[in-house]
This record gives sequence, C-alpha cells and structure tokens, in this order.
Amino acid sequence: MFAVCATPKAIEGLTWAMCYLTSGKHLDFYWSFVTVLLLLAITAPVAMALGFGGAMAARSQIAPLRWIGKAYTAMVRGVPDIVYFLFFVIALDQGIEYLNHLRVCEDLSQPVFRGLEFHVCAEAKVPPATASPFMFQAYSFGLAVITFAIVFGAFVANVIYGAMQAVPHAQLETAEAYGMSHGQVFRRVLVPQMWTYALPGLTNLWMILIKATPLLFLLSVKDIVYYARELGGTKTQAYDYPHADWRLYYFLGLLVFYLLMTKLSEIVLTRISNRLSKGQATAAGEAMRKAAI
Amino acid sequence: MKKLLLATALMALSAGFASADVVRLATEGAYPPFNFIDDKGEVAGFEREFGDEVCKRAALECTWTTNEWDSIIPNLQSGNYDVIIAGMSITDERSKVITFSDNYYPPAASAYLAASADADVKTGIVSAQVGTIQAAYVAESGATLLEFPTPDETVAAVRNGEAAAVFADKDYLRPFATESNGALVFVGEDISIGGGVGLGLRQSDTELKGKLDTAIKAMKADGSLNALIEKYFGPEGLKF
Repeated sequence: MFAVCATPKAIEGLTWAMCYLTSGKHLDFYWSFVTVLLLLAITAPVAMALGFGGAMAARSQIAPLRWIGKAYTAMVRGVPDIVYFLFFVIALDQGIEYLNHLRVCEDLSQPVFRGLEFHVCAEAKVPPATASPFMFQAYSFGLAVITFAIVFGAFVANVIYGAMQAVPHAQLETAEAYGMSHGQVFRRVLVPQMWTYALPGLTNLWMILIKATPLLFLLSVKDIVYYARELGGTKTQAYDYPHADWRLYYFLGLLVFYLLMTKLSEIVLTRISNRLSKGQATAAGEAMRKAAI
Repeated sequence: MKKLLLATALMALSAGFASADVVRLATEGAYPPFNFIDDKGEVAGFEREFGDEVCKRAALECTWTTNEWDSIIPNLQSGNYDVIIAGMSITDERSKVITFSDNYYPPAASAYLAASADADVKTGIVSAQVGTIQAAYVAESGATLLEFPTPDETVAAVRNGEAAAVFADKDYLRPFATESNGALVFVGEDISIGGGVGLGLRQSDTELKGKLDTAIKAMKADGSLNALIEKYFGPEGLKF
C-alpha cells in the first residue's frame, strides 16, 4: 500500500506497525466486518419473514398448513446448529446442483451419486468452475444467509407464535363482536399487540444471531473470528511480518466490536420497546400512561 | 459508474465462460512452508509454486481456493473443487476414499516439539492437528491426544502449557524451534510415517490424475522439484 512497506523486514517501530496493519490480509480482515454486518442486515429481516410465516402457519385453521408450521419449528429447533450448518449446507448445495443437472446436462445416463462421490456435469456446477473467486464467495455467502434465515426463522416463529397466544382472547372476541372479519381481527388487533409480547424474545434472538456469525467459516466464508485467529497466530519468518502469538489482542478487538454491537442494539431495541408499549394493556403500557398524566 | 460496473461484471462473466477446462485446487492455507496465506491475503508457499508449475506443465488452467482441513475430503467428493494440495500424506486409510497422485514430497520425518528436553511424550499430553497421520500416531502411542483444528493452535498449546509436546511434520515445526530462542526444543528421535505428500483427487478422475502424474514425474526428472524443495525447506528438506 505504501512505498516504505515494500521491504517489511527492514523497517521497525511505528512504520512497521503501519505497514503491518495495512497489509492485504489486514484489509481483508477489515472487510470481513462488512461481511458480518451485511449478513446480519440481510438475515434478520428474512428470518423475521420466515418466522412470521411459520407462526401464521402454526396457527392456521387449515390442518396441513398447521402441520407444516409446527413441523418446521420443531425440526429446526431440535437439531443442533452445527449439524445444520455441516449437513444442511452440503445438502442444499448438492440439491441446487442436482436440479441444475437435470435442466442443463445432456448426458443423464450416469448416476449422480457414485459411492461417496457426487457428480454433475461441468455446466451444472453452481457457480461454474470458471467463475471468479468473488462469485464463489458470494455463493457461499448466499448459502449462509439461507441457512441462518431458516434456523433463526424457526426460533422467531416460536416466539411470535407464543406472543400471538399471549394477546388477551377477550380483545379478539370483542373485535369480532364489532363485526370484523378474521383477517381484520388479525391485522388490526392481534398483530399490533403481539409485538410488545414478542419483543423480549426477538431481542434475545438478535443477540444470539450477532454472536453466531463465526459459524460462517464452516461455510468457507471468512468472517472476523477466522481472521482474528489467522492473523493472531504465531508467524514465523516465512511471513513478511513475523510475530509471536497475538491472538489475545485480536480477540480483545473482537470483544470490543461485539460489546459495541450489543450496546447499540440495546439502545435501539429499548426505543422500539417503549414505542410499542405505548397505549398497550400491559404493565409497561400502564406505567407509561400513569407517567404521562 | 454503474455502466462501468455492469460492463466489468459482464466482461468477468464472459471471460469466465470462455474456457471450460479449469481445475480448482484446494489448500488449507495454514501450514507454512507447505501452504499459507501470505500478507497480501493470497495462497503462498511451496505448494503454491509447485501447483502452479504442475498446472503449467500439464496445460491446465488452475484456480486456488482455501478450505478448512476438517472438511477438505468431503468437499472434494462433493465436487466443490478438483484437487487437494494441502501437505496431505498418502495413507492407506485415505486411499480408501480418495486417490493420490505420485508423491511430490518424500515420506517426511515427524517430530515432537516440547517446552523442555525431558518432556514426557510417551504417556503425557501430546497435541496434534485433527485428522492427520500424526494424530493417529499419537492416539496409538499411549500418550493422551489433544486435537486442534489448525496447526498453529497445536504449537500454541505447548507454549501455554496445555500440552507437554506437539507432534507434527518436522518441516512445519522447524521454524518454530529455531525462532523461539531455545524456548521450544525437539524431543526424542524423528519418526517417519506416511507415504509422502501427494495431491488428493476423486477416485473417478483418472484422466486428471494421469496428467498430473506425468507433470510431477517430469519435475522430478529435471530436478526442478528438488530446487523448489531446497527453496522452501532449506538444506534440511528431503530431496528425491
């Protein structure tokens, strides 16, 4: 990056530190923070949507839909995350390639599964072998988003399902007595009140999601924890910038990052919580009403 | 700006589709001097240079990727890349699930590295990387095996006293010993295990194996492989 950094082993002190901290690998490290934030920004709304859908399905009057909703939450919540990330992702990847195989390959005579090996023709590879490294990263990232969303969606579904049950039944009955249809009751009475019960649970899930991102490395997306371990490890003379075991400092840096994220989330979530409690028939809403008098 | 980006993206895509015969090489990127991620963030080391040379001789277009050691064989079988080039020793157990090219590094010595010369490597706690021939050896040796996912952590475990010694390829451990100012020393005799280091391939990829074997044989014959070994492993490196 800087001209002085061309001979890393000849420089010392602050110049060394500056060159070290701006090496290509460190720049990758800084970018990985963006990767993690991007993952959170995409996964959270998708998981929310899946969870909302799951909760609606689990409450549905139609039996098969209800079974799907219940089965989704029960199955995903019952399987350890790490198994999910190892097994499901390979299955998802192979599933995508298999469908592509049926679509584009000319020679379908060969079996796809041969012993331990999985074979599709070269055109069916996703992404194709000729794609740029960036495409491979983007594809892994996409798989990661889907997997995270499915796993966290199941937890969200259960939280929202519970929150929907917590809305006083008398309110729904009253709404129906006013002549509202099922859909109207759902939109106008159930959902607005449900959030205030769901928020504490959703807050927890958000925090867990922030801290679950190291699982990204299982999907060969290099996240901040991978880089902290890789950069912090002892570096011998084979590297441009040899140093002792500095993992402690890198992980302290991550600690600060995670604490900042937690603090920031807390501030935002408290505001949302206050806003949602306004005018609700809950203890928090009641306290706000009294304070306002 | 947007048009520029779009044009670049299209160029990248069309350039990508133009040639079909691309071989994807996977390495671990944490095992210097065999393979490591250099300070530019790129794969480097003995295997980087060796792999590029083999590809050139075999007239293959190769791209590099990194994969965690733990899942490096399953991902090969799943077709996520075509060749493992990660300092992997040829063993009977691995040969049951994948196939190996000719070895490009002779059966190398493994050694114990410890914080003191009288460390108990026979019955004490010995660290090794998970899924390596060294880990299997330690498990059989009567010592208590302590496994780590990356090689660097196995050495760190000795430094902080978690393990009495680390058992790994001597070529990997040597820089740690020489650069530690006597804090880390080799203990006991070198032990030779495994059948040398080879490229890992899917058992069905016989055509690719043939091409790579021819290139490796040529490199052995004209001495360029020995020169590469000398460059990365120094005079102690084993030659063909």
